[in-house]
Amino acid sequence: MKKEKVKLTKNQKKIRRIARQAARKEKKLHHSAFSRLITKGRSNRSIAGSVALLLFLFVLSLLMLFPVVFMVSNAFKPINELFIFPPRLFVIQPTLDNFYDLIELLADSLVPFSRYLFNTLLIVLTGSVGHILLSCMAAFPLAKFRFPGCKTINSIVLMSLMFSTAVTAVPNYVMMSYFHLVDTYWAVILPAFSMSLGLFLMKNFMEQVPTALIDAASIDGASYFGMLWRVVMPAVKPAWITLFIVSFQSLWGATGGNFIYTENLKPLPAMLNQLTGSGVARTGVVAATSLLMFIVPVVLFMISQSNVLETMATSGIKE
Amino acid sequence: MQKTCPARAETRFGYGVKQAKKYRQLYWMMAPFMLCFAVFTIVPVLVSIFFSFTRFNVLQPPVFIGLDNYARLFLDDPIFLKAVKNTLLLAVITGPFGYIFSFLMAWMLCELPPKLRAFLTVVFYAPSISGNAYVIFTQLFSGDAYGFINSRLLNLGLISEPILWLRDEKYMMLIVILVSLWMSLGVGFLSFIAGLQGVEKAQYEAAEVDGVKNRWQELWYITLPNMIPQLLFGAVMSVTNSLAVADVTVALNGFPSTNYATHTIINHLNDYGIIRLEMGYACAIAVLLFFLMLFINKAVQRMLGKVGT
Repeated sequence: MKKEKVKLTKNQKKIRRIARQAARKEKKLHHSAFSRLITKGRSNRSIAGSVALLLFLFVLSLLMLFPVVFMVSNAFKPINELFIFPPRLFVIQPTLDNFYDLIELLADSLVPFSRYLFNTLLIVLTGSVGHILLSCMAAFPLAKFRFPGCKTINSIVLMSLMFSTAVTAVPNYVMMSYFHLVDTYWAVILPAFSMSLGLFLMKNFMEQVPTALIDAASIDGASYFGMLWRVVMPAVKPAWITLFIVSFQSLWGATGGNFIYTENLKPLPAMLNQLTGSGVARTGVVAATSLLMFIVPVVLFMISQSNVLETMATSGIKE
Repeated sequence: MQKTCPARAETRFGYGVKQAKKYRQLYWMMAPFMLCFAVFTIVPVLVSIFFSFTRFNVLQPPVFIGLDNYARLFLDDPIFLKAVKNTLLLAVITGPFGYIFSFLMAWMLCELPPKLRAFLTVVFYAPSISGNAYVIFTQLFSGDAYGFINSRLLNLGLISEPILWLRDEKYMMLIVILVSLWMSLGVGFLSFIAGLQGVEKAQYEAAEVDGVKNRWQELWYITLPNMIPQLLFGAVMSVTNSLAVADVTVALNGFPSTNYATHTIINHLNDYGIIRLEMGYACAIAVLLFFLMLFINKAVQRMLGKVGT
């Protein structure tokens, strides 16, 4: 045994050492499901690093969650807990009182709650559906054909992503009043039709649809509308779900602000803002309404997450 | 072109017209969107530029006054300059930090098993989804002893009297930055997550063989170069959002905020456009903001072109 060891050349020793190390690493890697999970079976990932990252992520997610948890728990706090000192993060005796109060308050309002809800739903649904249809129709030519002007349109759309709508707020009002659209639903709905983010996402996603499919449809004698409707639209389902989510999010919170004055036409958030402005006595009701306003888009996103992410994979800006 | 194909005796323009005729239907398809887009985005920008050279109060026809509005902005309106300063300060901090933060979060999330990842994605994305969830911060940072933060600090004996977090100039900006960061994981964040999942596994395996030693090298040499399109998209979203902070300051600090400590350009724009009805002046502000946003976006894109080299 001893003899053998002496006989080994330096090189051989080195090779053995490396082999042993590799074996140990292999063993370590596939040792437990846990370590495989965090290193993804790749040897160049240290377990310590992964654990540190996970811990960091955990702490940060607690920080991010904190306000949300506070909001949710506030909605279920009875009045004595809302004003307890020191305020508590978690509710001790959860109750639905705030929601009952909200319902009671809404039953008494001059314009019934259902009207506000109807206004919001009308604005959200018309706006989103119109946005999806219009941007599909505009995205298809931009994604799949090279016609005069397509480059210009693409760069204008890309440019319009770079400034927020607040910049155009003033002339928008002037335009609306010129078209006599102030104080109608359309003042909120029409600008939502042409959100450039939707067109951008849809166009990028449509670029993935195999050109062969479209050519085949073209040989079968389909018109451009036929191609879009029968071939492309079914293939880009994730994208229109995403567009729905995006425009839902922006319209759900729309108060109608400067455009809608008639109480009958105001959407839900406008009414909830009035509640919020009504002072300390309504703290519980406000907590309940904020939770309701918060939960709807979050749930929608949860349901459609995989579709949204699939669309976002193509969201990049190519140069 | 004419030399290489003499058979086609038409000019480039003529060719273009012919192509346009061929694709006539496509233009009709794009028409509805483009009409809306033109009326509510392109024309307003042009109209803004026009109004910015006029005095205009909606009721009377605009009066041309040349560059007076711009001169007034820079020479005669200290509050505007303060708004510019605040906006840039906010953008410089929340823009890059929010951007890097959302990338890092996305990157770490992608290490997790799918179920957990999906859950945490919702958790991180939720603050920016929901219109005005940030209102909750008015309770967390409430100025009386019943505010969550104040009560904790009082109980710990760190402060002897409640701090007016949202009304005291010393803290206002800090809180707005904090809240903006909380909300910074938006569409860009989703784009990052999706982009990260799209990087081919084979590339990582190849890199492992080629001697990439740790995750940081992997990030720099493999992940980032693969994600440049998403990085650019995220940057556009992040720059635009960080320059457009306005609702948060109104909800947290009121309007106008104490001594204009968190007054942003858009707050100033709304002040003149909606309250004082000096539309010409408001448009001058909007035009400046418009060019500021475009300029910063272009600069950031140029910078990101160098990633992974």
